[in-house]
Amino acid sequence: MTAVVAPIVLGAAVVGLWELFVKANDIKPYLLPAPSAIWAQFRRSFDLILDAAWVTGLNALVGLLVGLVLGLLAALVAARSRIADGMLGPIAAAMNAIPIIALAPLLNTMFSATSSVPRRMVVAIVVFFPVFVNTARGLRQVSPVQRELMRSLNAGPGAFARMVQLPGALPYFFTGFRLASSLAIIAAVVAEYFGGRQNGLGSRIASAAASSGYPRAWAFVIAACLIGILVYLVAGLLEWLATPWRRAGSAAGRRRRPPAVPALAAAPATAPAMAMAPATGVAPATDDASAPWTASRDG
Amino acid sequence: MTSTTPPPVPALSPTAAGPAGAPPAVEVPAVEVRGVDQVFPVAGGGQTVALSGIDLTVAPGEFVSLIGPSGCGKSTLLRVVGDLLTPTRGEVRVFGQEAGEARRAQTYGIAFQQAGLLEWRTVAGNIELPLQVHGVKKKERRERARELLELVGLADFAGHWPAQLSGGMQQRVAIARALAERPRLLLLDEPFGALDEMTRERMQAELARIRHETGTTVILVTHSIPEAVFLSDRVAVMSPRPGRITQLIEVDLPGRLGPPGESGDAPSTDDAPSADDVREQAAFFAAVTAVREALRAGGPT
Repeated sequence: MTAVVAPIVLGAAVVGLWELFVKANDIKPYLLPAPSAIWAQFRRSFDLILDAAWVTGLNALVGLLVGLVLGLLAALVAARSRIADGMLGPIAAAMNAIPIIALAPLLNTMFSATSSVPRRMVVAIVVFFPVFVNTARGLRQVSPVQRELMRSLNAGPGAFARMVQLPGALPYFFTGFRLASSLAIIAAVVAEYFGGRQNGLGSRIASAAASSGYPRAWAFVIAACLIGILVYLVAGLLEWLATPWRRAGSAAGRRRRPPAVPALAAAPATAPAMAMAPATGVAPATDDASAPWTASRDG
Repeated sequence: MTSTTPPPVPALSPTAAGPAGAPPAVEVPAVEVRGVDQVFPVAGGGQTVALSGIDLTVAPGEFVSLIGPSGCGKSTLLRVVGDLLTPTRGEVRVFGQEAGEARRAQTYGIAFQQAGLLEWRTVAGNIELPLQVHGVKKKERRERARELLELVGLADFAGHWPAQLSGGMQQRVAIARALAERPRLLLLDEPFGALDEMTRERMQAELARIRHETGTTVILVTHSIPEAVFLSDRVAVMSPRPGRITQLIEVDLPGRLGPPGESGDAPSTDDAPSADDVREQAAFFAAVTAVREALRAGGPT
């Protein structure tokens, strides 16, 4: 109960203090608009926000699905063969070092400017890495006892993969999935700052800020937050449904779980921070985008 | 991965097994180990001789323990019998079959020191694993899991997850899993090694009862002298590396649960008090002393 109530109370308090602070000090909207002004804009531009959110959400979703499938397949291949693992591992690590969002302008010139493909590609590449790394690690986690057991049962490689390896890797896969789900929204929004079609949340934020519509820019940022939270929650729900053994309450059950992932709050918090970059006049820092990735390496 | 049926072996009844250690000559031994050496290469070019010149014959229905200091190769010997390791030299036959054949034919069930349950499967699902691997139908699997849960006293836990069970309960599930396909041979690698003393004694009594009810041949690896004495018909005492069997000690404890059909004076129900009685009689202490002295005699040379 408190788990739900406490953050809501805190959130409401922060919004209230923010409003009070802006009103009391007569802060200019280009510095920080009041929550009430943002909310008014949110309601006024709701249809536009919905359209833009749909465009960005779809880009994120398509990219996420493509990245998930590719990451999963690559992990299966890497787990299957030592040679493939040796080839894919360094490539994945190298990809991690590239600020992938910086590829967006290059991809935009590769494809036509009206195409959604470049933005979806950016999302897919961003998503690939945490899914691949986590899933590959999960697939390697089979304990020696379980190996010996399956050998004693004369189980073939198919049965071994189906009954031991894949279910054991599931929690790891979902760790990657959850990380990827928040990264996907960030990538989809930020990729729009680099040109291409001007119909998503990212481009709306940039254009609103450019025309001094600061509360409106913030309204779009909030929409980006909401999509981020939604996608993250859906990923969490899928994990909850797919791994029933991990929710069975028991102290003994805490062993051998993959390390915890960045908390729920981390995802939406990063999304608006990135989305706000042009509004505050700072170039989108690709370093920030890679921050959650480091979490995936530790996690 | 074929659905296996027990291989054709000469008919024999576990009840026919004579007194411990003296199988009739006509019978095919449950396990026959002849001249087995196991040598492991060591990083840097050397090698470790884990087992040297092992000969061991186990009669059907017999309970034999392997005991010895840490690193004496007793677990290695068990893995050689189970074809989880291929011996460097020598021959292993299980119910007349070559060890690999016997493994593929599912002649034995095995349980390890770690329960090694699949945590994403329920307790019943874990017990069904061997049956599922071999394509047994779901209804049949459910039925067999229910029987086995009854046997190990976990009937109410079929739907639990392994993480919800205590260590002792997890071990019971592992033993039930090992028994799922009614193996004629049960290989146990220190299954109670990680349990506290009280749980351990209770599990020993249960294992004695299960063996009594199923008539399975058992090879148990242990480093506990009382455990070996309490459970075994014979105790094979092993020396430190290179592992050799230095002595085979027969244990005869009146009042103990033997193989099925060996009626004797064993009470068929109410095991707990009888288990304690067994542990407190003079013959028990005498056997413990004999094993301890054998271990000391085989000590570092």
